[in-house]
Amino acid sequence: MGKITIEKERCKGCGLCVMYCPKKILALSDKETNGNGYFVLTVVDESGCIGCANCAVMCPDSVITVER
Amino acid sequence: MTVVYKKSGMLTDAPFHYCPGCTHGIAHKLVAEVLEEIGAEGNVVGVAPVGCAVFAYNYFNCDMQEASHGRAPAVATGIKRVRPDTVVFAYQGDGDLASIGMAEIVHAAARGEKITVIFINNAIYGMTGGQMAPTTLEGQKATTCIYGRNPEINGNPIRMCELISTLTGPTYVARAALCDPANVRKAKKMIKTAFEHQLNKKGFSFVELLSACPTNWGMTTEQAVDYVKNDMQSIYPLGVFKEE
Amino acid sequence: MKQLMKGNEAIAEAAVRGGCRAFFGYPITPQNEIPEYLSWRLYEVGGCFVQAESEVAAINMVYGAAGAGARAMTSSSSPGISLKQEGISYICCSRLPCVIVNMVRGGPGLGGIQPAQSDYFQATKGGGHGDYHMIVYGPNSVQECVDIMYDAFDVSEKYRVPVMILGDGMLGQIMEPVELPEFKDLSKLPRKAWATYGDNKGKDRQIINSLLIEPDVLERHNHLLFDTYKEIADNETMCEEYLCSDAEIVLTAYGTVARIAKSAVDILRSRGIKVGLLRPITLYPFPEKAFIKVAEQDCVKEFVCIELSMGQMIEDVKISTQMKKPVKFYGRVGGNVMTPEDIVKFVTEEDK
Repeated sequence: MGKITIEKERCKGCGLCVMYCPKKILALSDKETNGNGYFVLTVVDESGCIGCANCAVMCPDSVITVER
Repeated sequence: MTVVYKKSGMLTDAPFHYCPGCTHGIAHKLVAEVLEEIGAEGNVVGVAPVGCAVFAYNYFNCDMQEASHGRAPAVATGIKRVRPDTVVFAYQGDGDLASIGMAEIVHAAARGEKITVIFINNAIYGMTGGQMAPTTLEGQKATTCIYGRNPEINGNPIRMCELISTLTGPTYVARAALCDPANVRKAKKMIKTAFEHQLNKKGFSFVELLSACPTNWGMTTEQAVDYVKNDMQSIYPLGVFKEE
Repeated sequence: MKQLMKGNEAIAEAAVRGGCRAFFGYPITPQNEIPEYLSWRLYEVGGCFVQAESEVAAINMVYGAAGAGARAMTSSSSPGISLKQEGISYICCSRLPCVIVNMVRGGPGLGGIQPAQSDYFQATKGGGHGDYHMIVYGPNSVQECVDIMYDAFDVSEKYRVPVMILGDGMLGQIMEPVELPEFKDLSKLPRKAWATYGDNKGKDRQIINSLLIEPDVLERHNHLLFDTYKEIADNETMCEEYLCSDAEIVLTAYGTVARIAKSAVDILRSRGIKVGLLRPITLYPFPEKAFIKVAEQDCVKEFVCIELSMGQMIEDVKISTQMKKPVKFYGRVGGNVMTPEDIVKFVTEEDK
């Protein structure tokens, strides 16, 4: 059981986190943008998070905090 | 629940200026995390290069010096020689380190300066807009070799780890790829080992990180990490080249 | 007690006594005795010496060490100083105190290894890219080299502007008796608030940098540098006046040439010709006030600028005297050095 917190204003929507989520619970929003105009990361299924931190490890912008 | 991953305290709150999907940011995080883990806070000076990472002095939460193009190892030498008990690292890209700064990196390594150099190899000049780098692969397109790098015209890519590891001064030389979580975790271990070599005053330590540049490669994030994983690694094999 | 020392070695010892604890250099004639001496001497006083892979690397090592708060220096000669210019520009913009010795040899190109003053423009006008200056001294004896070197770090640190000592091959190689000063007590020096010692944390961290990408910020920085240069001009300008008060002809020269010119003044005076000598000791800031004062004396008919170049300092002489009197030029180049008699001949024949 894990939980991620996303600092959306730092997100650049690169998608590296989405690519490496083993549970495929992450997606880039097709609606929500941040102040810089990037489509930001969203969690599709919060209950599926296992707290592996792959997303945070791959995030170049330190957007994601992971709890387990 | 406990926090298992958060932004390192050795990074400032300044947002990185890097393009989306650029793995410079991952490299910065790893260096910052390692500096924190080895307890370097309050005893470290970093040296930023010229190139995409020119603003690195805004991101590392420690004393920083901005070097002229290619000279980061010379600047780091000057710092380390007058502050031998301070952790000193240089962070350089491929144009900075393997082209204009070739003399400085080779001689700092040969002298066995007790510094750690983090080398970001993304096979392109990013800051200036995608020109051919010394590490650009054969066939790889750049704005100064638009049909792809042709060795007859443009020469051949340089393998820095292989070159540096022939010298006596370095005690740790390794190459990792920032292309997936497993490899990023390996890269962090190598960076940590490199800094431990410095802490133990063993010798010069050098970690090359194969890095993605989706913007100047003209690729999506996914294509770019695939390029690192497949094309780059076939020319730049991963591993530890020297450990003493 | 005076001792006999070669110019280069005397500068090296004066540097150590003045607090130099880091030297980075690359071999080039005619300054090699400076790195050779410091290669062993600095380790006796807990300092460090690195023979760099190039002049480019050496000046960047100075950047690193000076940025980390140390008293660091380098030395070279003309072609080597050209290679250091990019680094010097960065050092000036980053406001790092340090000392650079240039034992000038004849140029352009690889030139020769004999004395010259042909790097005057390079030394005093900036030398590399961008608007900047160093504090430039042109000593005329081994003792003056020692005295200037001894205080060079203090001056450099006071203004955060590098000091260049502009000698020439003759000054570096000549042996003269010198009085060496006592060691400066480095423990009394204050901590440099701007330096990257490595122990600054969080909001106190320091950045040594010359990238100022915002136009307004860079403009402000340029003004800050030039405000500092004005302050230096007010406080640090040095000039020697010799028999100028009643002179009709004023010779002007710096460095070793000024000694030759002084001998010429004495010969000419013995023949009843009223000649004086105006010798800038700081070449930047140039002693403008001393020059205009002498130029405005009614007795002064003309200036003769004497240099080991094709005529470089003469431009500053003309500017400083505001062309109130004619300025003639006598120079030798290529490593050739004039004798006092050559100057006497020039002055007397030119005036026929």
